[in-house]
Amino acid sequence: MPIILRCHPGVGPAVEGVALVARDNFSARYDLDRKKGVFSRPSHILAGQSYNNRILVLDTAKGGVATAWMLHEMKARGIVPLAFVFNRVNPILAQGAAFGAVTLVDRFDGDVTEMIRTGDRLRIDPAVGVVAIVDRDR
Amino acid sequence: MRLNDEERAMLAGESGEPRRWAIAHQIAIGEFFDAPDLVPVSQAHIMADTESLGEAGVEFLERLAALPDGERRVRVPTLTDPRGLDFSVYKRLGHSEAMAALEARTIAALKSFGVLMTDTCINYQTIMPFVRGEHLAMGDTGVVIYSNSVFGARSNFEGGPSALAAGLTGRTPRYGYHLDEFRRATRRFRLAAAPCNLAEWGALGGIVGRACGSYWEVPLIEGIEIVPGSDALKHFGAALASYGSVALFHMPGITAEEAVLADPAIPGIAIGRADIDAFLASYAAPGDAVDVVVFAAPQLSLVEMAGVADALDGRRVNPRTTLLVATSPEIKHAADRMGLTQRIEAAGGVVAAGLCFYQSYAGELAEANGWRRLVTNSAKLVNIIGGYGYRPTLMSLENCIEAAVTGRM
Repeated sequence: MPIILRCHPGVGPAVEGVALVARDNFSARYDLDRKKGVFSRPSHILAGQSYNNRILVLDTAKGGVATAWMLHEMKARGIVPLAFVFNRVNPILAQGAAFGAVTLVDRFDGDVTEMIRTGDRLRIDPAVGVVAIVDRDR
Repeated sequence: MRLNDEERAMLAGESGEPRRWAIAHQIAIGEFFDAPDLVPVSQAHIMADTESLGEAGVEFLERLAALPDGERRVRVPTLTDPRGLDFSVYKRLGHSEAMAALEARTIAALKSFGVLMTDTCINYQTIMPFVRGEHLAMGDTGVVIYSNSVFGARSNFEGGPSALAAGLTGRTPRYGYHLDEFRRATRRFRLAAAPCNLAEWGALGGIVGRACGSYWEVPLIEGIEIVPGSDALKHFGAALASYGSVALFHMPGITAEEAVLADPAIPGIAIGRADIDAFLASYAAPGDAVDVVVFAAPQLSLVEMAGVADALDGRRVNPRTTLLVATSPEIKHAADRMGLTQRIEAAGGVVAAGLCFYQSYAGELAEANGWRRLVTNSAKLVNIIGGYGYRPTLMSLENCIEAAVTGRM
């Protein structure tokens, strides 16, 4: 039986992929080398790690408005996270995910960065607000 | 979400494809944030720098811009945030011809929507101040936090696509800072030291922002004995929004709204001189060679431009160091007319209009010019620029000028 986590309904398509988890925040402008597809901000917990095709499980969105355009641009180049699973996002990440058709969910019961581990395989259904950890038993 | 007849018609495509796309996007965002309906806005403000847009974003704008004039024109005054480059200085700064070409395409597309090309992140100082209670769709975090806090206007952070959508429909989803219940103070800070300059006001914003750490937190700052001016609140708010993603703050007796505490038992956090000094010291690099000194983020007011010109009088920027000053087109015109631009450039500085540095291919400029050590009096810029490969230091305007002249910290 997969572990089922419920959240607020999100945006973007249903997807399945591998989680990259950190108790840290996210901004496409502040934190990423978008050409190389890695976290580039030295102080970020995930500095140096690839985000491409990963489901990023983080605390919140931060910083400026650039992410709203950048996810669309990153998706067009094919170097983009598969999905965002956050405790709570700001409007910019929601707007960027909606515009770029990148999957995003937030608002769980509890700290999602503690409930999901790096390497977990997740299935996300944003229309109903469900994240399933498919390769780990309760 | 509740839609009225006009909104349903837009969604059905009866007002053309741009407005259909716009309202569909707004409904998706509104449902994500449980907005009950859409609220009319008096202005929109679009962040659309080409570094963020990329080829894909420019093509998106061009597709909508190619549709019939009556379908694509914005319905409320819609301004622009800074551009990706300034055509009058881009070669000196190391921008490429490809960047300039993409910028020209973006400008052409934005103009076809009827957008006013203000290219500024200080529209609240230079274009039109807002009115308490005015609903807006502002597309720059510094603009949003200043407008919400100092004027008591009502805006969420509206990214480029959402701000364009708001311009096209004349409304925005009613959630977050459009609603009274989100504007109550959730955090409380007591200031026990007076910031001495704009860099220290930015440092204070950074300290409060780090402590808040969420768009949904609203800090109340007490203990401010001398009323800060517009530039001080500009740097404070921009840093607070940058470090904390915060969109509204209250300073009793100074900001527009009477602060209501979400919970009277919220404990107060003291911020003293040692905290401000430690924040500045965390970015210090004494003795290092300085590659570039940047005055930007937010763009400089006329008063700040005069401050830079005064500090440079009789001095000369070190040949190994670049001094860049970014302001809005309106302030650049005024600075030209008053001789400030000439004084800064005569000392070896570069004055750019309509850009704000970090939105202007900062990573590519670092590579093109061999820049790494950056000095600025903007805490916001210090927070942003590390991800682009820079090592930033935060200092007062006077110490920034000293670094530019000597080429060292």
